[in-house]
Amino acid sequence: MKRVSLVFTLAVAVGLSTQVATAQTLKTIKDRGMLSCGVGQGLPGFSSPDDKGNWTGLDVDVCRAVAAAILNDATKVKFVPLSAKDRFTALQSGEIDVLSRNTTWTLSRDTSLGANFTGVTYYDGQGFMVKKSLKVNSALELNSASVCVQTGTTTEQNLADYFKGNNMKYEVIAFATNDEAVKAYESGRCDVFTTDVSGLYSDRLKLSNPADHAVLPEVISKEPLGPMVRHGDDQWFDIVKWTLYAMITAEELGVTQKNVDDMAKSDKPEMKRVFGADGNLGEQLGLTKDWVSRIVKAVGNYGESFDRNVGAGSKLGIARGLNQLWNKGGIQYAPPIR
Amino acid sequence: MAVEPRKPPPQFVAKLQRALGGRAGWGGFVVQILFVAALAWIAYEIVANARANLQAQRITAGFGFLANTAGFDVSQNLIPYSGSDTYTRVFLVGLMNTLLVSVIGIFFATLIGFLVALGRLSPNWLLARICGGYVELVRNLPLLFQILFWYLAVLAALPNPRQSISVFDAFFLSNRGLVVPKPIGNPGFEPFAIAILIAVVAALLLRNYARRQLFESGSLIRIWPYVLGLLIGLPLVTALIFGAPVTFEVPALKGFNFAGGSRVIPEFVALTVALSTYTAAFIAEIVRAGILSVHKGQVEAGSSLGLLRGSVLRLIVMPQALRVILPPLTNQYLNLTKNSSLAVGIGYPDLVSVFAGTTLSQTGQAIEIIGITMGVYLLISLVTSAIMSFYGWRLGRSLGP
Repeated sequence: MKRVSLVFTLAVAVGLSTQVATAQTLKTIKDRGMLSCGVGQGLPGFSSPDDKGNWTGLDVDVCRAVAAAILNDATKVKFVPLSAKDRFTALQSGEIDVLSRNTTWTLSRDTSLGANFTGVTYYDGQGFMVKKSLKVNSALELNSASVCVQTGTTTEQNLADYFKGNNMKYEVIAFATNDEAVKAYESGRCDVFTTDVSGLYSDRLKLSNPADHAVLPEVISKEPLGPMVRHGDDQWFDIVKWTLYAMITAEELGVTQKNVDDMAKSDKPEMKRVFGADGNLGEQLGLTKDWVSRIVKAVGNYGESFDRNVGAGSKLGIARGLNQLWNKGGIQYAPPIR
Repeated sequence: MAVEPRKPPPQFVAKLQRALGGRAGWGGFVVQILFVAALAWIAYEIVANARANLQAQRITAGFGFLANTAGFDVSQNLIPYSGSDTYTRVFLVGLMNTLLVSVIGIFFATLIGFLVALGRLSPNWLLARICGGYVELVRNLPLLFQILFWYLAVLAALPNPRQSISVFDAFFLSNRGLVVPKPIGNPGFEPFAIAILIAVVAALLLRNYARRQLFESGSLIRIWPYVLGLLIGLPLVTALIFGAPVTFEVPALKGFNFAGGSRVIPEFVALTVALSTYTAAFIAEIVRAGILSVHKGQVEAGSSLGLLRGSVLRLIVMPQALRVILPPLTNQYLNLTKNSSLAVGIGYPDLVSVFAGTTLSQTGQAIEIIGITMGVYLLISLVTSAIMSFYGWRLGRSLGP
């Protein structure tokens, strides 16, 4: 781990000292013919390689959607798996164009890292997983427990806040990678494993006997997860931001991977704007007229991607909850494409 | 005809010229200055450029973050620490943990290393083979795997806290670590500590006196009964007068974990065992080489004087072998300290884990934090080699040229 961050630091130093016409990200990607995207190291549902080595997941779909919008080919993505603590350095150094790695949007990350969050792909919150044999029903019964956690995350701070706020003692064991933390939890070193609730469901699948473990009902923090881009290239920021909004808008309009070609021929004024038959919204972004069709054809709308990766259609089976559209009881909301 | 006194050649100038310019003379001197200037310019450009670009991208720079609140906890802290302390405190906690594992690791590595070396040189066939096998096995496996092995082996072998192995209901061993009674100082503690100190000093003086007597008059004085009496008797008497110096806080199982007592966490045990056994294999070879470098005649001469095997080793072989052993031994100490940064793999909160890990990713200030961390390792290493050099210098002086 140390070596990795060292390499990145040197990369930052070198990258920063030789750079930087940052306002060229779009052109660079077109010239390269490839989008470089930072993802997680294997979190089923968000970013993990399947048995054929193809990356899948909600975070991965964002990258594929951006690649589809720019290069009209969702496979032209180089996925760079990153640990929690290396991810920002990789973005700062220019190693990756976009970081899509279940990263929580916070004020300090927005202001001090030289990068911006482009939106929220998943509204999450931190939770706890325990062995059912401990007969614990609430996180408030966890006084004096040992807690395994991945280092370099907002999770560590939330954990400290929660136990302190509830006057409970605990012992924290922090590991460099998520897998190490899960392994230590499984081996009995800790009573509790904590991370974002989506991650708990995902990690539970990796345990040898998932049914022996329960996720406690408490959600102790707000964890809006989203992609990040570097400062200094507003056009690139807009492209990544509106790619996600296009996916959400598509769901809102009932546009799916299957019917996208028919819907694109619709006469409705809104459809004509979205699909580029009217106006030049795509070009204003620096993309093509058919940018929305490209995105939806590649990864489907937001709801389809959610279902396929983390929702009802996946092994995780997570309910939409907050991630339902705003007009269906959730808070996923895209500004209008006009 | 007056003979002019011969002028001494301008030696100083010639020397200076040679030192600065090499064979090329003053011309070489100019080249060297240009070279240094070029290096300085490149360094300056890198720093200035990095700073300008950090500002352009609005990445926070500087060391102001050290005063901010850390907001996370650490599983092992030698100094009082809580989540509401600053990143500076985190840095100190991590540094102490690194130093702790290094010092204890160095102690055990040296001990095991010397024993294995002596075992390997022993005339006992089986012992020599076992020690040889140990060296070949341990030094040829990657250290990270050994650390993981010890960690997972330790964890797998131990029960959970509710079924922990207990001794006298005061010592508990479980997969949360070893919990032992914690001594708490009473009012009688200070006199007790002073009594021990006095006893130790008196014992040392006694030893010096006995040695002087041996060298000057050849009379052998048996001092050990007095030393024993001093070391045990004096503190015992003070304890009787002032009351028990410490009471023990006995741990008890409460909820998930033990409350009270002191605890040694399994991460620390695994890391210390892995680092000391691994480094010991290298030290064993170094010590063996050192011992073999002492001429056989020295041993024979010692034996012919009637010295026992142990005395020959202690008084004749070792002092000479140490001159050979010391420099590579220092390298091993430095390696052990640097290797302790692999702790992050098993969740031991060393400097790299809590500072170059958690702190780095919470603040995002990679350049500053990696810079500080590298500086600290450099400092630790330089201090270690300085101590070893001093020891070597003293040894050299006592042995004569």
